[in-house]
Amino acid sequence: MIERFFSLVLKYNYSVILLSVVLMLALGTGVRHLHFSNDYRMFFSEENPQLQAFEQLQNTYTKNDNVLFVLTPKDGVVFSRETLSAVAELTKEAWQIPHSIRVDSITNFQHTYAEGDDLIVEDLVFNPETLSDEALTEKLKTATTDPLLVNRLISPSAHTTGVNVTVQLPGKKLTEVPEVAEAARALVSKIEAAHPDIKIHLTGMIMMNNAFPTASLGDMTTLYPLMFAAVILVLVLMLRSIPGTLSTMIIIILMIIATMGLTGWLGIQMSPPTTTVPIVIMTLAIADCVHVLVNFLHGMREGESKHQAMMESLRINLQPIFLTTLTTSIGFLSLNFSDAPPFRDLGNMAAMGVVLAFVLSVTFLPAMMMILPVKALKGDTQGSIAMQHLAEFVVKNKKALIWGMGALILFLIAQIPNNRLDDQFVKYFDETNLFRQATDFTTENLTGIYLIEYSLESGETGGISDPGFLQNVEAFAQWYRQQPHVLHVNTITDIMKRLNRNMHEDDDSWYRLPDKRDLSAQYLLLYEFSLPFGLDLNNQINVKKSATRFTVTLESISTQQLLAIEESAQAWLAQNAPGMRIEGASPSVMFAHIGNRNIVSMLKGTTLALVMISLILVLALRSLRVGGLSLLPNLVPMGMAFGIWGLLVGEVGLALSVVSGMTLGIVVDDTVHFLSKYLRARREKQLSREDAVRYAFSTVGTALWVTTLVLMVGFGILAFSHFQLNAGMGLLTAITLGLALVADFLFLPPLLIYFGGKKS
Amino acid sequence: MKPVLLSLLLILMPLIAQAITPEERGLEIAQEIERRDTGFHDFKAAMTMLLKNKHGEESLRDMRNQTLEVENDGDKTLVIFDEPRDVKGTALLSFSHKTGDDDQWLYLPALKRVKRIASRNKSGPFMGSEFAYEDISSQEVEKYTYKYIEESSYEGKASFLLERYPVDPNSGYTRQQVWVDQERFIPLKIEYYDRKNALLKTLVFRGYQQYLDQYWRADQMYMENHQTGKSTLLSWKKYDFRSGLSDGDFNKNSLKRAR
Repeated sequence: MIERFFSLVLKYNYSVILLSVVLMLALGTGVRHLHFSNDYRMFFSEENPQLQAFEQLQNTYTKNDNVLFVLTPKDGVVFSRETLSAVAELTKEAWQIPHSIRVDSITNFQHTYAEGDDLIVEDLVFNPETLSDEALTEKLKTATTDPLLVNRLISPSAHTTGVNVTVQLPGKKLTEVPEVAEAARALVSKIEAAHPDIKIHLTGMIMMNNAFPTASLGDMTTLYPLMFAAVILVLVLMLRSIPGTLSTMIIIILMIIATMGLTGWLGIQMSPPTTTVPIVIMTLAIADCVHVLVNFLHGMREGESKHQAMMESLRINLQPIFLTTLTTSIGFLSLNFSDAPPFRDLGNMAAMGVVLAFVLSVTFLPAMMMILPVKALKGDTQGSIAMQHLAEFVVKNKKALIWGMGALILFLIAQIPNNRLDDQFVKYFDETNLFRQATDFTTENLTGIYLIEYSLESGETGGISDPGFLQNVEAFAQWYRQQPHVLHVNTITDIMKRLNRNMHEDDDSWYRLPDKRDLSAQYLLLYEFSLPFGLDLNNQINVKKSATRFTVTLESISTQQLLAIEESAQAWLAQNAPGMRIEGASPSVMFAHIGNRNIVSMLKGTTLALVMISLILVLALRSLRVGGLSLLPNLVPMGMAFGIWGLLVGEVGLALSVVSGMTLGIVVDDTVHFLSKYLRARREKQLSREDAVRYAFSTVGTALWVTTLVLMVGFGILAFSHFQLNAGMGLLTAITLGLALVADFLFLPPLLIYFGGKKS
Repeated sequence: MKPVLLSLLLILMPLIAQAITPEERGLEIAQEIERRDTGFHDFKAAMTMLLKNKHGEESLRDMRNQTLEVENDGDKTLVIFDEPRDVKGTALLSFSHKTGDDDQWLYLPALKRVKRIASRNKSGPFMGSEFAYEDISSQEVEKYTYKYIEESSYEGKASFLLERYPVDPNSGYTRQQVWVDQERFIPLKIEYYDRKNALLKTLVFRGYQQYLDQYWRADQMYMENHQTGKSTLLSWKKYDFRSGLSDGDFNKNSLKRAR
């Protein structure tokens, strides 16, 4: 049946080629539906509790997607006529940014003060070019002592200042984010051109969202050419066959086009993790092609005809390639357990690609080889001789290897706890990224980008004016301000205290919370009257006036530190104000939990994949014992890799949580090839365990180390990604695959010799 | 006879000649609106504001409004708050002016003090609603420049569509589009465009009733913010025209007495 199919493929080779190309290109037309996601929320599933908490907070108050302009005058003096003019100009112009709903700066800050029974409300800086030196000094003092401004829009030393633009995106088109980012950049150029002594950095959530597609495109332009160069090099060296290399290249291109097209048809949005898919599936396609081609070329060297050699190659390779395609797909599909949708997409896309690669390597590839002129080059024995030496070495030192490898494995696994969870989203971008640079600068000079937000609930309509509630909020703010790494606390109580002072002729002794509920409520009413366009209270107080938003800005700290601070905050609330206790919410909090959530969910996915793969192996190898034994070399590489990571890097996060599921399917391939040859030797040739190991080494040893090399190169290229998620994932995968080969060569054979079935 | 003639003239104007510019025509319509609403002397009314956010959370505000017509200047208005309870008795007195900043005094009963608020801001939210102060303060002709756009219709009513541009540089708007009922010369709908000339809000007037056989007042004014998804329904009840208010009811002392 299958033989008949393959002879048809070889006979109607032109039709097969034409049909494959047309089919793949037809699938590829879906490419036009591909879009890059530009929302950091893409990393979170809808059911993610931290995302839900944050969305609820954003629904209650004004959404806070923002663009932050950070202005640094060369002379380090923000309160000069020149710099303030630039800030005022920028503040005015920023209202023109698409979807902007609010602009905050030190110039339009609503400065309130009392003059007798008059309450004066005005922009802190008005007509800056006319200000006297005394006025500048006075305004400097006001700005750097106002708790609403310092460490938020002005640095304590007043050398850097920020203009924050709140943006409310309709969320209808993918062009919204780049539109806003583009307008912000244009504004920066304009202001910098008019004020050459001022440097402006751009950060904020919008700029981060915009950086995702930018970083992905950057990766594509740097990594893809690198990958093709590496592929051609490796193929030429390995196959030493131009037609083979050419056909494989065409397969890779067709498969990538078809996979990306399918992705488009399915409506999957591209994200930084999924930009790695072409590289991932390319390496796997090469493995398939190499297996078919190596045996084909080998047959021709032995003097077989083209047709004969190809039929034989397909006969012996179909089952292992099908099996490895199946297990690899299962591994990738296990990524669907991930809590982060981009990794689900990555898994599904890679699984599609792997299946396409399989189909093409047993149809298009043989057909191509029939058409192209193939010359069999002599001599590929060097590799086999090395493999024979390795086999002898392993057989001779089996005892030492079992103990030595066992000890090494245990030692490395013991290092796994050295890994700490860390997902600092700014560090997802490497230091060449403009957003990362601007954000690092901002964190060092003005304010943090890591926030924890709370919606503190009083429990009744209008309850935010309750003196008891306000005192609790104030105490919470004071507690937070004493914590390490806290840059700024934004709380309504600061406004209350200021108004109370204003209402008492600016007498500093009245800089305290009002002691009566109705007085606080009336202050708020007064304050609302005084606010200019876009600056309403709703970004701090909910509609029912029952709850207030409380925002803590932190330095760039690790996930562990952030969670520790939030944990002590919870303890403080539980002890001092149980009524208003609520979990903190923010993108930082979301990312702080995502690594952990993914590890837990991926543990389930990987376990399920492992069970399925093991069952498949037991069935395919028709041996419970050997199938069971395969668990060890399949699992050990992951443990060792995370151990090495723990020793060398020590930080794991979102991206690394998916590595185990992903590599499992690939690691199994090597084991499958080795075990199937071992069992064939035992069953068909009735060889002893030692000789069966020798046979396995000599037949697949070369193919295994070569395909592993290809895979390591492929995933290794990802280490050059400017997106740390991809770089870490690629590097750890490459390490795992390398260790898998070590385990298959040095640990599995001794195991087989000791436990690999009855002695014959 | 004269008003009828004038409005007829206004309707027929484009047919007769292109002699006047759209700007002049817009101004004429605005003047006609003001002319028809002149002479009511004073009124009292109850106001209710229902605030809603995008997700349906609601909040209610109750207040009373007293307005005194001032010849050749903006009106004097006293707003007394009843609900929420915490602000009960708080009263806002404002003297609207044709040009320059309005005068505002606020009486805080908890502090027992009248405070004058000196602020250039007119575009801030009124009582946390989607109405800016400039949206509900008295609409003097001089506060805008005008441009007639076209004949239009709103909900089946023949209307003039005109655009007006705030004179005050501190206004939150670049322009407003107003649909004016051709027959009664009252606004039916207003669209507000923000500083970047993007549609910000729409105000719809519902349930117009005529008082003293001349003055039209809407029972409901519904303001919707398109950018934030928030809305405010302002309902007017118990209109009492020529209720006997005088200048003496609109000063700092009357603020404290108002309750």
